[in-house]
This record gives sequence, structure tokens and C-alpha cells, in this order.
Amino acid sequence: MTGAVATLQALLAEGVDTIFGYPGGAIIPIYDALYDFKEQLNHVLVRHEQGGIHAAQGYARSSGKVGVVFATSGPGATNLVTGLADALIDSTPLVCITGQVFAHLLGTDAFQETDIINITTPITKWNYQVTNAEEIPEALAKAFYIARSGRPGPVLIDITKNAQQQKHDFAPYVPCTHIRSYRPVPIVRPEYIREAAAIINQAKRPFVLWGQGVILGKAEQEFKAFIEKSGIPAAWTILGAGALPTDHPLNVGMLGMHGNYGPNVLTNECDVLIAIGMRFDDRVTGRLDKYAKQAKVIHLDIDPTEIDKNVATTVPVWGDCKETLPLLTALVDAKLHPEWHERFRVHMEQEVDAVIREELFPTSEEMTMGEVIQQLNELTEGEAVIVTDVGQHQMVACRYAKLNKTRSNITSGGLGTMGFALPAAIGAKFGTPHRPVVAIIGDGGVQMTIQELGTIMQTGVDVKIIILNNRFLGMVRQWQELFNDRRYSFVDIASPDYVTVASGYGISGKRVEARAELKQSLQQMLEHPGSFLLEVMVSKENNIFPMVPQGCSVAEIRLR
Amino acid sequence: MSQQASIDRQEYNITAYTENQVGLLNRIAIIFSRRKINIESLNVSPSEIEGIHRFNIVINETEEVVGKLARQIEKQIEVLKVYYNTNADVIWQEMALYKVPTDVIAEKAIVERLLRENGARAVVIRKDYTVFETTGHREETDNLIRVLQPYGLIEFVRSARIAIIKASDGFNSKLREFERREPSTEPAENEYLNSRDKVFTM
Ligand SMILES: Cc1ncc(C[n+]2csc(CCOP(=O)(O)OP(=O)(O)O)c2C)c(N)n1
Repeated sequence: MTGAVATLQALLAEGVDTIFGYPGGAIIPIYDALYDFKEQLNHVLVRHEQGGIHAAQGYARSSGKVGVVFATSGPGATNLVTGLADALIDSTPLVCITGQVFAHLLGTDAFQETDIINITTPITKWNYQVTNAEEIPEALAKAFYIARSGRPGPVLIDITKNAQQQKHDFAPYVPCTHIRSYRPVPIVRPEYIREAAAIINQAKRPFVLWGQGVILGKAEQEFKAFIEKSGIPAAWTILGAGALPTDHPLNVGMLGMHGNYGPNVLTNECDVLIAIGMRFDDRVTGRLDKYAKQAKVIHLDIDPTEIDKNVATTVPVWGDCKETLPLLTALVDAKLHPEWHERFRVHMEQEVDAVIREELFPTSEEMTMGEVIQQLNELTEGEAVIVTDVGQHQMVACRYAKLNKTRSNITSGGLGTMGFALPAAIGAKFGTPHRPVVAIIGDGGVQMTIQELGTIMQTGVDVKIIILNNRFLGMVRQWQELFNDRRYSFVDIASPDYVTVASGYGISGKRVEARAELKQSLQQMLEHPGSFLLEVMVSKENNIFPMVPQGCSVAEIRLR
Repeated sequence: MSQQASIDRQEYNITAYTENQVGLLNRIAIIFSRRKINIESLNVSPSEIEGIHRFNIVINETEEVVGKLARQIEKQIEVLKVYYNTNADVIWQEMALYKVPTDVIAEKAIVERLLRENGARAVVIRKDYTVFETTGHREETDNLIRVLQPYGLIEFVRSARIAIIKASDGFNSKLREFERREPSTEPAENEYLNSRDKVFTM
């Protein structure tokens, strides 16, 4: 058996069904082997390796499985860099397999040789170069174990061409379950659970912040049980969105720079802050020296390096929240905290009056991004997987999209990667073929990876694409308006005729310029068999509020 | 940087036990360089345990920063355990080599006395030059440079710091306990590395 065949056997043994990739000289042996595995391994030919890795991210986030990517050496491998950085910061499990030049050419500046191991060291959870076929099964077994265990992340395995070609009698594949130097899940300390429960039971104004850790730990039920028993209001980071349904009475909204008013203001008024599977990103905390100083902080996280990294904790609860939450739930008192909830409700009313009503049900002539999401909610009833790009539309979609199910919100959180949504939506559909997938993208971001319409064309994957066209790089324009005296420096971006572009790829589409057509067009899009591109012309200069200006405390959040 | 932070900075000795893997040095170095932290001294060597290497890294930082760095290092897949200690908590040594012209040493017996006073030892004596070695703290090894300079010091080199933690009963027993509870599979052997002369043409 060749190293290339052993590679594919390893993928099959790991339960891989879909690979996103792009071939080239240094990975031809693996592609050659793939020719005989077409029945078992679905390979999606993307149009750019960046599209490939974002698709794998979308696949992983929607399905909870490991996303797999193939790329060739040199330019193929370097095109993965943005996606790796994105996946690392957003804890997305990926195994990327890159081809590499022959081992004897390493370090000679051979054709299409790049030192991808060193390039990707800071943006992978682990990486490894295979130079000998014998190493392949073990390297891949480790790769999958590392990618999916503990705090998940991207792994890159670089395989030289000789190793792919080399024949060897491989022993049966053995999945990896242990690495001597790797402890993916810290040991749970019961004394900390007890301490945490005691603090929670004494709290008058406890507040829960949850992040993607709840979803990654598949702990949605355990999380719901915890907040329902303790009666604590809970707010989410954008990567945590959907772990608890939008309409759940204890869900008080989104945190951070463009989050809801109440959760941000009340962060500085709670007496106990319980952070679950979130990492106190600066977009969530604003100014750290003025962040929740009055509160005792309980931090539940699987990654010990997150504890005390940005916010000092009173009690650290190390561990997988699927394991720690039930222990905590058992010890907390059943409560309702009605007065404290009332505070959130009052703030929400203020926010509805100042921002939300006009955004979702505008009286202006121009369409708003919010009303598009509002109409979409009514049609999908929160059942769709929403994939967003980066910018104003992302904040609007995350703020207003109704999410009934977990793994419904796929977005680039930590890196804020424009160009993410179109390929990620393709991947999300492969990951959850039975759910509707709707991508919401700005006119700037869509032009960064628009070539992936070709992937849609060729695979026939069913993705609904909404371009919210404000004829600006809106989010940057907003900052320039608010903080740079309206000096609109290079944010005025022209667009092609998207409907024509889509039709060139054999994808149906429609452009909506009037409110009267919006709902019916969204319906048409959703009912259309196969992919559909809907371009909605929205207000040019709308701003996303509330907003915590950079360098301000979360309590200084502005409604206007 | 606040003034308080610069006052609280002091030398810390970071001790990391790792697997012996290509590329790990880079992974660890990046943890410092991306935070713009300068490494004062770095030593890597095999430890008393087969297949386990020991890093000794010295940086000048506050305890808060060092603690976070230590956890970031420990988080790397191939790192088993990281400790950090102040200078007071470790026994540490650096080794220095000094090359001086042999004739000067021979003629001026005073030099030899100076060397003896400084605890130096001759490693090599040749007709043209002699190499001395001392081991000790920075001030001690620095001192001999100053002393030898007037006698035509030709070359000087100092090693990275190595340090042994005073309080710890060693990682040896901990690791053995580790391995007993969760036995590891055999570490990956990179066969190719052992036969690289057959592969490399450089
Ligand atoms: C790859 C990349 N380049 C630049 C940016 C900086 N950036 C953040 S938001 C934004 C504007 C996005 O514009 P558009 O896609 O039209 O979305 P809108 O904000 O108008 O909804 C830019 C340029 C980024 N996040 N990612």
C-alpha cells in the first residue's frame, strides 16, 4: 500500500465522508489514490484553497465533526493560512493535509516548496511533517485526536511526495486516544464546584455569560438545566449564539461591542459573573480595567490558559462544561430572581424604543438590514443555519436572527474574516444536508470569495445567499463616520451585477430594491429548489447600534 | 507599561519538560516573540528521562506574565509540564570559557593566581593559547573577564543558564506516576531523521 492510500484509509477509519480540496503537483499521489475512493469519500473541488478551508470550517461547525482539507504545497498551502488562523481562534476542529516536495528537496527552495510547518506553527493547534510513509497512520491518528479533543482546533499534516508514493505494509489503523504530553481535559476539582455553588447561592444579581464552549462541549442540555434551575439571566457571545434558543425566557441577549444594552450595562452591576465556555475577548469586555470589577467571577472552561488570562477569577472551574455543569446544577438552589430579571427587561424596552423597532420595522423609505433578517425569521421560524460574513450585516444578523437550534449560527468571530460566509455556507450544507442554509453577506465580503459560486455550480449544493448591498464597506464606513470625521477613505465599493454573475454560474437570483417585494422574494428564494442568490439593496449609511466604542467600558454602551 | 509593572519585574527561570520533537523550539519561542518578550537565556538538553527534553528559559518579567506564559507553553501538545521560579528558588549556573595567550600566563604567574582565586580551571593548554573554564553566576563569570582583559583575553563565551529547582522533588517521579496512570503509546519515531544523510543532498 502506498502512503497516499494509507492516508485515505486513515480518513475512512476516522469516519470522514467529505473532503474540501484543490490538487497540485505535490499532492498528486493522494489525488490519484482518491480516484479509487470516489464512492466512499466525497471530494468537493473548491475554487481557491481559502474557500476550501472556510468550507471545511462551515462543515465542522454545522455538523460537529472534523473538517478535512487537501491542498498542494507552496501556494496551495499558503492559501490555507487565513482559514487556519480563523479556525484556531474560533476553536474549529480541522485536519488539513498538504502535499510537500520530495524529502530530499526540503530546504533547497525547490519548485513550490514553502516551509508550511513554520509558517503555520502559530496558527495551528499542532502540525507535523511526514517524510516517510510509515509515519502516516500514526500522524493522522494523532491529528484527528488533537483536532477534536479538549478545546478543538486546526491541525496541519504536511506529507512529502516520496512519503505519499512510498509503499509499505501498514499495520491496521489504530485511532489515537492518548498522547503522553497532552491532557485535553483538565481534572475536575470538586472543591471548586462546591465553592462556585456557594457563591451562586448567595448571589443577589448573578449573571451568566456563555460562549461557544457550550456548543463545542455538546452541553446545551446541561447548560439549559443549569440556568433553568438557578433562574439566572444568560447572555451570549456571537459564537455562543443558538446554544439556547433565542426565545428562551432566560436568554437576555448578546454581549459586547454591538450586543444588547441590558447585558452590557448590567455586567457592571451584577454581583456574580458566571462565564461558561467563553474567553473574555476584548470585543466582549471593552475596557478591562472597568469590566465587572464589582463582581465575583466564576469561570468554567476546558482550556486552563483562558482562566485568569483577561479577567481575574474568584473561582476557576476547569473542565469540560458537559461534565462540570451538572455537578454545579446539583448544588445550586432553585431560584427565580424576578427583580433582577426586571432590570434586563427595562433595558430591553429602552433598546427597542431607541434602536430595535426602527431597525426591524423601519418607517424610513430605504430598507434596513434588520428588516431583512426579521422577514427571514418569519419565514424560516428559526430553523435555518445562518452563516454570516463580517461587517455590519454580521452584527445585524447575529443580533436579530432567530435561532431555535444549536449549531445554527456560523460566523467568523475571533478573526473577523471577510470572505468567510460563501464558502462556509457551502461547507455547512455538506455538514447538515437536511437543514436550510442561508448565507448573509455584505457587498464587500462576497467579492472576496465570489469564485466559490463555481463550487456551488459544480456540486449543485443548495445554499441560499443573501447579499445585503449598502454600496459601502459598511462597518469601516461606520467607524469613519463616528470616529474619523466622516472621512470616507476607500470604503465606497462598487459591485458587479450579482444576479448576472450568478446566472453565469447557472445559479438563479433576484435583486430587490423595494420593500414591497422583500417578503415574497425571500419566500421565492427559500422555496427555490437549489441555490439562489438574493441581492437586497439596503440603506447606504445605516449604523449598528448599540455600540461600545473602543476603549470604553461596557457600561458606557451607546444607544445612538 | 505601568511603573509598578517594571518594578515588579525580575528574572524568572522557566523549566519545561517536553517531548523531543522537531519544531517544538519554534513553537515555544513564538509564545515569547509574539508578545514581544525577550528571552534572556535559553538552554535545551535531554533530561534524566528517556525521550524527554528539558528547557531552561530565563526572562525578565512580572510574575503575572510569567504565570500566563508558563500555561501557554504547557498548553502546547508536546509539552508535559512547566514550572517557573525566581532566582531565589533555584540553584543556577552558567559556564564560561576564556581563551588567553599561553605565554602571558606562563610569564606572569600572577595571572594564574587570579585564575585560581576565581575558581577557574584550565581546559586546554596549547603553545599559543590556553582555555580556562569557570562556572557560576553572571557576576562571577563577568568578573574574570575584567581580570583577564589586561592580559590579552582573546575570546570569551558563556553558556545559557541551567537551573535546578530547590523545592521540587523533581519531575522524574511525577512523570513516572503520570505514565503509570495513563501509559503512553510509544513516541513517534521519525525514522527519516536517522537516515537523513541518505536523503539530503545539501
Ligand atoms: C479579510 C478582511 N479584510 C478587511 C477587513 C476589515 N473590515 C471589517 S468589516 C469591513 C467592511 C465589510 O463591508 P461589507 O462586506 O460590505 O459589509 P457591511 O459592513 O457593509 O455589512 C472591513 C473592510 C476584514 N474584516 N477582513
